[in-house]
Amino acid sequence: MTEDARPAIAARTTAYRPERTLPLRVELVRQLRRRRTLVTFGLMALLPLVIWTAFELAASGPPVGSLNLVDLARTSGPNFAVFALFVSASFLLVVVVALFFGDTVAAEASWSSLRYLLAAPIPRARLLRQKALVAGGLAATALLLLPVVALVVGTLAYGAGDLVSPTGESLAFWPACGRVLLGAVYVAVQLSWVAGLAALLSVSTDAPLGAVGGAVMASIVSQILDQITALEDLRNYLPTHYSDAWAGLLATEIDWGDMTRGVFSALAYALVFFGAAVWLFGRKDVTS
Amino acid sequence: MLVAHGFGGSKADVDGDARDLAARGFAVLTWSARGFGASTGQIALDSPDHEVADARALVDWLAARPEVRLDAPGDPRVGVTGGSYGGALALLLAGYDRRVDALAPVITWNDLGQALFPNAAAETPPPGATPAAGAFAPDGVFKSGWAGVFFSAGLGPGAAPPLGPVTCGRFTPEICAAYTGAATTGRLSPETAELLRRSSPATVTDRITAPTLVVQGEQDTLFGLDQADATARQVAAAGATVKVLWYGGGHDGGAPDQAVRDAIGSWFDFHLAGTGPEPGTGFAYTVASGIRAGNGTPTSRTVTATAYPGLPGTAALLTAPLALDGDPQVVVHPAGGNPAAITSLPGLGGALGAAAGRIAAATAELPGQSARFATPPLESPLTVTGAPQVRLTFARVPGQPGPAEAVLFARVFEESPDGLRTLLGGAVAPMRVAVPADGSPAAVTVTLPGVVAPVEAGHRLVVSVATTDEGYASGTDPAVWRVGLDGGGLTVPVVPGGSVAADTVPFWPLVGIGAVLAVALLAWLGARFLRPRPGVPAVDAGRPLEIRGLAKTYKGGFTAVRDVSFAVERGTVLGLLGPNGAGKTTVLRMLMGLIRPSAGTITAFGQPVGPGAPVLARIGAFVEGPGFLPHLSGADNLRLYWAATGRPPAEAHADEALEIAGLGAAVHRRVGTYSQGMRQRLAIAQAMLGLPELLVLDEPTNGLDPPQISAMRAVLRRYAAGGRTVLVSSHLLAEVEQTCTHVVVMHRGRVVADGTVADVIAGGGAATFAVDEPQRAASVLGALAGVLSVQVDPDVAGTVHAELNGTPRADAVRALVDAGLDVTAAGPRRRLEDAFLQLVGEDRTP
Repeated sequence: MTEDARPAIAARTTAYRPERTLPLRVELVRQLRRRRTLVTFGLMALLPLVIWTAFELAASGPPVGSLNLVDLARTSGPNFAVFALFVSASFLLVVVVALFFGDTVAAEASWSSLRYLLAAPIPRARLLRQKALVAGGLAATALLLLPVVALVVGTLAYGAGDLVSPTGESLAFWPACGRVLLGAVYVAVQLSWVAGLAALLSVSTDAPLGAVGGAVMASIVSQILDQITALEDLRNYLPTHYSDAWAGLLATEIDWGDMTRGVFSALAYALVFFGAAVWLFGRKDVTS
Repeated sequence: MLVAHGFGGSKADVDGDARDLAARGFAVLTWSARGFGASTGQIALDSPDHEVADARALVDWLAARPEVRLDAPGDPRVGVTGGSYGGALALLLAGYDRRVDALAPVITWNDLGQALFPNAAAETPPPGATPAAGAFAPDGVFKSGWAGVFFSAGLGPGAAPPLGPVTCGRFTPEICAAYTGAATTGRLSPETAELLRRSSPATVTDRITAPTLVVQGEQDTLFGLDQADATARQVAAAGATVKVLWYGGGHDGGAPDQAVRDAIGSWFDFHLAGTGPEPGTGFAYTVASGIRAGNGTPTSRTVTATAYPGLPGTAALLTAPLALDGDPQVVVHPAGGNPAAITSLPGLGGALGAAAGRIAAATAELPGQSARFATPPLESPLTVTGAPQVRLTFARVPGQPGPAEAVLFARVFEESPDGLRTLLGGAVAPMRVAVPADGSPAAVTVTLPGVVAPVEAGHRLVVSVATTDEGYASGTDPAVWRVGLDGGGLTVPVVPGGSVAADTVPFWPLVGIGAVLAVALLAWLGARFLRPRPGVPAVDAGRPLEIRGLAKTYKGGFTAVRDVSFAVERGTVLGLLGPNGAGKTTVLRMLMGLIRPSAGTITAFGQPVGPGAPVLARIGAFVEGPGFLPHLSGADNLRLYWAATGRPPAEAHADEALEIAGLGAAVHRRVGTYSQGMRQRLAIAQAMLGLPELLVLDEPTNGLDPPQISAMRAVLRRYAAGGRTVLVSSHLLAEVEQTCTHVVVMHRGRVVADGTVADVIAGGGAATFAVDEPQRAASVLGALAGVLSVQVDPDVAGTVHAELNGTPRADAVRALVDAGLDVTAAGPRRRLEDAFLQLVGEDRTP
C-alpha cells in the first residue's frame, strides 16, 4: 500500500474545495434511504386512501339535516382533496416538516457521524444549508404528495366534479385542482416557521426526538393560544394564526389578504429561527 | 347620534352599539320608546304624532347640549340609527325632521301594511328593476305568526299599568283594535291599512335627503329584503345618497356582526363627522352556504358590487332565465287550514340559524297540499341575489269547493341530485289571487321571497306552491285549485360582484415579505463575500502538527486541557499517552475543528486549524468511536462519506482502506448489524480514505483481536514510513511503546513528558541495575566518574537506579562486577512506565 500511496500526495491536496462538499445529491441519497423518509412518503400517499376507506365504511344515512364538511368532501375529487388537506394541515403536516428539519443535524449527532462530516471538512454553515435544502425538498414533496394523491383518489372515487367551498362557492374541476395544489404550496410556505424552529432545535440538541417534538409542541401551544379569543389582536402574532388562510383560495376571487399576512409571518419567524440556527451552529462546541 | 332600540326592548339593549359609537367620538343619546323600558305611555307603533314627535323633541334637546356640534342654531349635527322598530323610527324621523344629517336603518320595514299583510301576486311584474323588488300587491295574507309575536311583546307588564283591557296591554286602543280585527278575520280593514300606512317610512321616504345606509337581513321572514329594496329605491329616487348592505342574519338569524357594525360606524364617521374613507354608494351582500363546519371555518363570504342595480344612475339588473318544467297540478286546502306547512318559527328562527332552511325542507311539504315545478339541473353554479319571479296560473277544479280568492304560498327550494332540499331564505311568498268563477285560469306574476342563495352546478331550483303555511292565516274554507305554469320560466336576479378582499392584497405584509427575503439575501451575500476565504493550503509548508499553549475550558467551567504544547514531525508515529480523562480526546476534538480552544493555537502543515479549516482535508481522523449511518451498508457509508468531502472518487483509495478494515462480504450489510470491532475497523478505514498526510487515531485498538492489533501496528508503521504522519492516542503504555516512534504523555490536562519513545523510556542516561547488595552497589556506582545520582529503590528489593550521564552502561556493569557484586540485570530505567503507573494509580485512589 505504501508504494502506490506516495505519488498521490501532491495530487490530492489540491482537490479539496469547500463549495464542493456535501453535494445535494449525496445528502439526498443519505436521507432517501432512511426508513423514516420512506415511511413518511408512504403515509402521505396512504392517508387519502385511509380517509376514503373511512368514508366508505361509515354508514350513509338518508339525506336529512344539514350538510357538513364530510358530506362536502364526498361530493367531488377537489372537495375530497381539500378535506384531506384540512384535516392534516394542523398537525400531521406540522409533524412531517418538523421531522425532516428537526432531525437534520441532531440525527447525525446521535449517530456520531456529525463530527466526521465537520472534519471532512464541510463548513458548518454549508452543512446546515445543504441539509436544510434537502430537508426542504423532501418536506415539500411530502406536502405536495398528499393533495396530489388525494385528488387522484377523490376523483376516482367521487368524480371530476366542481369544488364547492364551505362558503358555498363553486369552482370548475381543473381550476379547482390548481387551487388545491396552490393551497398545499401555501401550507408548505406557512410551515417554514416550523422548519426554522426545528432546525434551530436540531443544532441545539443531540436528540432528534427532542428537536422534532419541540417544534411540534410549539405549534400546538400556538394553536391553543390562538383559541383564546381574549388575547384578541395579540393572536395575530402567533405563528399558527394564519395557518388556515389558504381557505381564501377556495373562491372565485382569491382572498390574498390573510395569505399574504401568513406568508409574511411565517417567513419572518423562519428567518429569525434559521438565522439563530446558523449563528448557534457556527459557534457551537460539537462534543457528540 | 341617536340610537333607537327594537320592539319589546329598551335603551339598555343598545348599550353596546352606543358605546361603539361613543368610542368613535360621537355623543350618543339613547332612550326607551313609549311603553317600553321605564318609559310610561302607550305603544303607537312609531306613529308620527307620538314616537316620531318624541324623537324630534330629543333632537331639540340635543341642539342645546354643549358637546353637540350645531349646523345652525337649533340644528344639531345628528345621525340616527336603530334596528327593526328603531330602524323605522330612524327613517320616519329623517322624513319628518330635516335636521337629521345621516341615518342607518337596520332590518326594518318600509311599508308596515305589506310587511304584515303581504301579497306577492300581481297581474303585472312589480315596478322597479331592483334585485329584491316586491310585488306589494294590495289585500295581502295576514302574517299571523309574526304579528302575534309582535303584539304579545307589548302585552307584558310595563312601567305603567294598562289603561284599557288587559288584552290590549300597553298598546293604544287604535292599535289594539286593528290587531284584534286582523287576528279574528285574517283580513286588512281600511282603518287598519290607514293606521299602518302612517307608521310606514314609505310615506316619507321621498322627503329624505340625508345619506342613508340601508341594512337588511337575509334571514328575515318578518321584514324581508323587499322592504329594504323599496326603501333604497324610494330614498335614492328622492336624490339622497344610498348604500345597501344585506347581512347573513335578520329576525330569523342574528343581530349584525362586527363587520356590519363597523360599516355603520364608518358611514357616520364620513357623513356625520367628516372623517374616515368615503364609504361609497355600493352594495354588499353575504353569501352563506349553510354548511355545518367547525369553529373557525368560515361558511359565508361577503360579496360587494359597485352599486345596487336598478337605482338611478346605476347599471340595470341582470337576470338569469331558467326553464321550469311541470304539468298543472291540483292542490288541496283543508278545511280550517290545518295541518299547515311549517317553514319558519317566528321568534325562534334566530336560535336555529342556517339550519332552519334545512329543517323547513322536511316540514314544508304536506301531501296533496303543494304543486312542484323544477328547473333542469344547473350547468354552472349560480348565486340567487334577490327575488326570483315566476308566472303562474290558478284555476278552479270543476265540481270542487273554492272561495272567490285563492290563498297560496310560493317557495323556492334548492334540490341536490340525491334529493337533499333547502328552502331558500326559509321564507315563503304568500298571495291572494282572485280566481274567475267560470273555471278559466287567473295568470299572475309571483314575486318569490328575496334571498341570497348559492346554488351548485348539478342542483335544481324547485318552485313549490302550497295551500297552507303555519305563519299565515290561510283561511278556513276548504278549497281545491289547479296550479300551472304560464310559460316564461323562472327569472332569477343575479348581482355579480367581487369578494371584499379581491383588491386588498395588504400592502405592509407584502413589503414585509420583501424585507424578509431581502434580509435573507443580504445575509447570504454577506456571508459569501465578506467572510475571509482561506486559500487552499500549500503543500509542505510546515510540520504536520504544531500545538502551542493550547487550553480548553468547557461551558460548565471544567478545564480539560491547559497549556499543552507539542509538535509532530513528518514520518513519525506519535503516541498521545495518558489515563482516561487526561484531556487527550479534548485535544483531538480541537484538532478536528469540533471545538474551539480557549487559548493557544494549532497549526497543521503551517495552516491554522479551526472549525471548517481547509487544512482538515489533509487530516484523516478517527476520534471517540465510529460514526456511521446505521441504515446504510459499510461500503455505502464510505462511498457517501468520501462523496461528501467533494473530492474525486479516484483519490479515495477505498479498496486499500477496505482491505485494512478486513470486513469481507460484511461491507455490504447494514452498519446497524455490525459488531463493535467491525465498526471500529470500518471507522479506521474511513479515516484512511484518501490516504491523508496526517492520520489521527483515538484508541484504535479498542475492540480488536490480538492478531488484528498486531496487523494494525504494522499498517501504522508502514503508513508513516511512506512519508506520512500518524498520531495515535492510547491509555496503554505497551500500545504506544510497540507502535510509536514518539510519545507525548498527558495527565490532568497537562503534558508531563515529551520525546522519542526511546528517549522517554530511557529517561536520558538513567539505568537500573538488579544486584545482590544494593547498598554496596550504590556506593560503587556513586564513585564512578560522571555519575550524578544514585538511588536504592525502596520498593523493589535489590534494585539500584543511577543517572549515568554519559558513562556507558557496560562500564558501570564492569565496575559492579569488579567490585564482586552479582549483577542479574542491567538496563534503561523504565521511568515512563513508573510515571504512568503512578499516574494511573493516583487516578484510581480518589
